[in-house]
Amino acid sequence: MTMAQVDQLSACPSCAEPPEQGDLFCGACGSDLRTPAQRAAAYDDRPTAGMNDEPLPRLPDGPAPGAAPDAAARPESRKSGGGGARGGGTARTSRGDAANRDAAAGGVPANGHGTSAPEHAHTSTEADFLLQPAAPTARTSAERSERGDDDGRAHSTEDSATGADASPPMPPPPPPRPASAAPRRSYTPQPSQAVDPRTADPQELRDDTPGRTAEPSGPATAAAAAKPAVPRCVACGTGAIDADGYCEHCGHKQPQPRDHMEHELRYVAAASDRGLRHHRNEDFFAIDAPVMADGTTATIAVVCDGVSSASRSDEASAAAAEAARASMSVSVPRGVHTQQAMHEALLAAGKAVADLATDEDAESQRNAPACTIVSAVTAGGLLTVGWIGDSRAYWVPEDRTSSAARLTEDDSWAAQMVAAGLMNEADAYADPRAHAITGWLGADAYDLEPHTASFKPEQPGVIVVCTDGLWNYAESADEMAAAVPPDARSRPMRCAQHLVGYALDAGGHDNVTVALVPFPAPDERAGSA
Amino acid sequence: MANFSKSSVPQFSVSVYQNAHLPAGGQEINAIVTVTSTGGGTSGGVPLPVGVQAGTPPGQRPDAAVVVMVDCSGSMDYPPTKMQNARHATAAAIDTLRDGVAFAVVAGTHQAKQVYPGSGRLAVADATTRAAAKDALRHLSASGGTAIGNWLRLAERLLASADVSIRHGILLTDGRNEHEDPEQLRAALDVCAGRFTCDARGVGTDWEVKEVTGIASALLGSADIVADPEGLIADFKRMMESAMGKEVADVGLRLWTPQGSVIRFVKQVAPTVEDLTERRTESAPRSGDYPTGSWGDESRDYHVCIDVPAAEVGSEMLAARVSLVLPSPDGSAPQTLSQGLIRAVWTDDSTVTTQINPQVAHYTGQAELAQVIQLGLELRKSGDVPGATAKLGRAVQLANASGNAETAKLLSKVVDVVDAVTGTVRLKAKVADADEMTLETRSTKTVRVKK
Repeated sequence: MTMAQVDQLSACPSCAEPPEQGDLFCGACGSDLRTPAQRAAAYDDRPTAGMNDEPLPRLPDGPAPGAAPDAAARPESRKSGGGGARGGGTARTSRGDAANRDAAAGGVPANGHGTSAPEHAHTSTEADFLLQPAAPTARTSAERSERGDDDGRAHSTEDSATGADASPPMPPPPPPRPASAAPRRSYTPQPSQAVDPRTADPQELRDDTPGRTAEPSGPATAAAAAKPAVPRCVACGTGAIDADGYCEHCGHKQPQPRDHMEHELRYVAAASDRGLRHHRNEDFFAIDAPVMADGTTATIAVVCDGVSSASRSDEASAAAAEAARASMSVSVPRGVHTQQAMHEALLAAGKAVADLATDEDAESQRNAPACTIVSAVTAGGLLTVGWIGDSRAYWVPEDRTSSAARLTEDDSWAAQMVAAGLMNEADAYADPRAHAITGWLGADAYDLEPHTASFKPEQPGVIVVCTDGLWNYAESADEMAAAVPPDARSRPMRCAQHLVGYALDAGGHDNVTVALVPFPAPDERAGSA
Repeated sequence: MANFSKSSVPQFSVSVYQNAHLPAGGQEINAIVTVTSTGGGTSGGVPLPVGVQAGTPPGQRPDAAVVVMVDCSGSMDYPPTKMQNARHATAAAIDTLRDGVAFAVVAGTHQAKQVYPGSGRLAVADATTRAAAKDALRHLSASGGTAIGNWLRLAERLLASADVSIRHGILLTDGRNEHEDPEQLRAALDVCAGRFTCDARGVGTDWEVKEVTGIASALLGSADIVADPEGLIADFKRMMESAMGKEVADVGLRLWTPQGSVIRFVKQVAPTVEDLTERRTESAPRSGDYPTGSWGDESRDYHVCIDVPAAEVGSEMLAARVSLVLPSPDGSAPQTLSQGLIRAVWTDDSTVTTQINPQVAHYTGQAELAQVIQLGLELRKSGDVPGATAKLGRAVQLANASGNAETAKLLSKVVDVVDAVTGTVRLKAKVADADEMTLETRSTKTVRVKK
């Protein structure tokens, strides 16, 4: 991945934080540090969406790559530069360290009667990928657990190495910024963020908002006036930004940190975008790469899609993704069987979402916060997926002569009709009810039934973990494989960006989120940038 | 030094009810803004020192002045009970004055004369001055013409001499404003607007509804008919009590709208319909203030309709920021009491864009109700029976559908209702003037959304 050299600003235009050398985005508030012209010139490769993209000049059919005026108006391609977002990076690193310690502290798996390390496809003599589509194998929990048990013996044996000398995950580039994505919750805003109207809680900034005592709006105005650089509206370029995140001139809502998120760890990457038709991003993802007891790296990717008819579905997806990741980041390095770990993670995610429901939701007769979830975990040569709802995981082999496969079976009306043999796939998916989901996480989801399935791929490839914002434009496994760049396994971030761009170019009718999990985790790989 | 002004200003809260979702290309945003002020207005006695009165300890002196304008034109003697009742009503109002409130009584004819305390000043209410004022009322006699503009100008001068926050007038008339041009009344109202608020009452049936409602509207007060002079006493007491309950004056409804947007209208829709659109004064770029007068413990609803520049699906825009502002006495930046946001979100989900917010629908109906009543009565006067029947039929239908029982009752005195649901009515052959005038005067009264 190339990093364009651009002129360095002396201070972040958003929060006035001095950037570090080479930063493309402010380490404190995540603002884009490039001027529009620089942004246009900075990249000559295929753009994805930009965090600071603004709604107005956006072309409905997606920008032509490198088209100067459009590119200037809509800053493209939030690549994760190496120096971005220190705060989040630190958080990730410490989590990685924690995983390390966990692993080193003796999270040795108990059922060590398996054989050796799993076969790597490079050495495999078998011509074809052995993956079966998950559907037939993932019908019942009983079947699944049996399968999982078999596979588990195969994988959970590498108990020789300690985590001590394993290289920790590198300091990662821009994280999904959960802190600012859920500003009203438990996170304490950092001082530098407190004056940033785009990320700060308006309630914190204003003292004259409804429900508060009537007092003159002194502090906020004073703080804003004291700022050396006043951020300007991304839509009109004229107005300053008010404390509620709107332009004081044209009224346009300013980009939110969640509008576009990217995150890359050493062996896994993810990207998410608001899309072109929705006013906020209700998708969320969480990734991790904990070090196992044997020094190998496991990868965890979780993708969630907020149910748009429910209230606060953006909070639901964030809570679910974080809860599932947090659960597996602990259980997987300890050697809990990945399928068991996945099952527990999905239940933890379900509880996290259910806990968001308030009495207000019931009173206002709105649906409680809800979301879908899909997750993939690789550890010790074993690939485990888990899901509830209609977000999907696909297997795309590096050798495209082998066939790709969809690993999940939607909890959706269409899928149920097809499964029940009542309709053929084409008819079912053409039906207006096709996308009505029959399973979700939320307080109103009775009988949470997590689906999990494990696979043992015999050749290298990538797992594409995504929301329907992507797979709507590449529904079949072959279509998805065709959309995935050939070098996806070695450049997962690049691939995730590409797939997000693919969905945006196709119309971007929904939020788009995709996580890329290379399999097996490459031993050696060039730096992220 | 402690600032007492803040604690005694009522707490204002703003709630916005709207469907923020627009389809592609959609521009029109409707929102109902509910403003509620609470702060012990009716719990009584605690005065409201605002601004200059900041140092005044609470409980010492009510910060208000009231002038009562009584019609003393010759017609008030027909029948003589009318003048008598006016005297009694004014006396009752004076009894309702709180100690410490500055007040005066003006006798209105073709000119304006101060009845009490005289010499262009205001008296401060206490037992002595109240008795003296009532004594002075005995000298009120009916003779001469009617020039309401003169009464208002005198009231304005008197009220201006008081160093108080709440300035209020109560005006009683029984006849048409015959002894000055409508332009003169208009000019007087322009002078008085924003200087004091004024309730207006028409007694009997010989007065002009549009004159009385016009005065109340311009001076942000209430208008009503007192068809039976016997009812005056209770009505005057009520008006004075309401005036005594006011806590804060000159509250402005400030509307910020984005560049390129057009404000279609700003209406008060509860408790009465009052179009404020033309009464905007620019306060800052893209921001203007609409007068709302003085507030006690009360709640009012406003309907704001704005055309915003269409944006692409997926965009979100702030269509308006609504705030309640209180001017500072020293001319510095006004104090913002509360605010709410009106948003616009473009989406291609037609299930959300086609929904009409129930509050917006309700008040759209209430505003139409007021309009069709006024139109229907006009058509009826001009002899257009089919036109009047259609309008008043629609009014019956709207009043019925929205649960506006008061207005439905008034309508039933003007039309025979065949079917309220479909709005099928017949004009009554004979309608009492009082009934028709009551319906016209109260046509703007609305009800709130049923919970």
